[in-house]
Amino acid sequence: MAEGVKRLQTPLGRVRGLGSARSGTHHWWMQRVTSIALIPLTLWFALAAIGLAGAGYEASVAFVANPVNAVLLLLLAGVTLHHLASGLQVVIEDYVRAEGVRLAAIWGVKAACLVLALFAAVAVLRVAV
Amino acid sequence: MSNDSREALMVGRRSDGSIVRRPLSPHLQAYDMLQMSSLLSILHRASGVALTAGVLLLVWWLVALASGPAAFAAVQWFLGSFLGLVVLFGVTVAGWYHTLAGIRHLAWDAGYGFRIPEMYRSGRMVVVGTAVLTLLTWVFAIIAWVS
Repeated sequence: MAEGVKRLQTPLGRVRGLGSARSGTHHWWMQRVTSIALIPLTLWFALAAIGLAGAGYEASVAFVANPVNAVLLLLLAGVTLHHLASGLQVVIEDYVRAEGVRLAAIWGVKAACLVLALFAAVAVLRVAV
Repeated sequence: MSNDSREALMVGRRSDGSIVRRPLSPHLQAYDMLQMSSLLSILHRASGVALTAGVLLLVWWLVALASGPAAFAAVQWFLGSFLGLVVLFGVTVAGWYHTLAGIRHLAWDAGYGFRIPEMYRSGRMVVVGTAVLTLLTWVFAIIAWVS
């Protein structure tokens, strides 16, 4: 073991345990994966939103009821809310110092994003199925 | 002298005993936050946080659509109101900016575009692209609305 190293755990053991954050690069990596997924989804949604400008109830129901649109909306809502939760988490970690408040804020944001994703999914499925 | 306890470490005495405030490293007030590199970085985070409003609108719209014509009429009324249009415009700007600046960040993650001239060029492309895409989105949305 290198001189001056004060831990008995080997570097390999630390890496296998995913380091001091216990999650390795998972959070950073998932932010990248969701951003790449959101590029085509955002372009599709922009075109869809333009097409729905001024659309009435019947036309909007018909749009969401289309299976392709329903699947893309479910993907958009799920990936967006995952991306939003992890992004807001980083903002909270940067600016909220007190440990308890920070934990409560992060859990609150994640819970809210999960609830919003479920609302979006149930709404899309109720119209489409 | 200030009452801020953090400044206690920065206070010293001259050889004659008089108190002197030692110099601090330059911090935010000495740092130009309006240079393109930092401004676009700040705006990327700000636009991401602002897009929370867009997500809330989308979920409201979907839930209203699933709830029936009355709820849907309420959300459509809000989106067509002055406040609703202002929020939609802000979401459009924030959405295109965050998308384009995000692609710029992904290029950096892949190791491209770090040279200073490239950094300024991609920054200008993001700003101009946001303006162009926002304009196009609203032109086509208004055409779809009136037709």
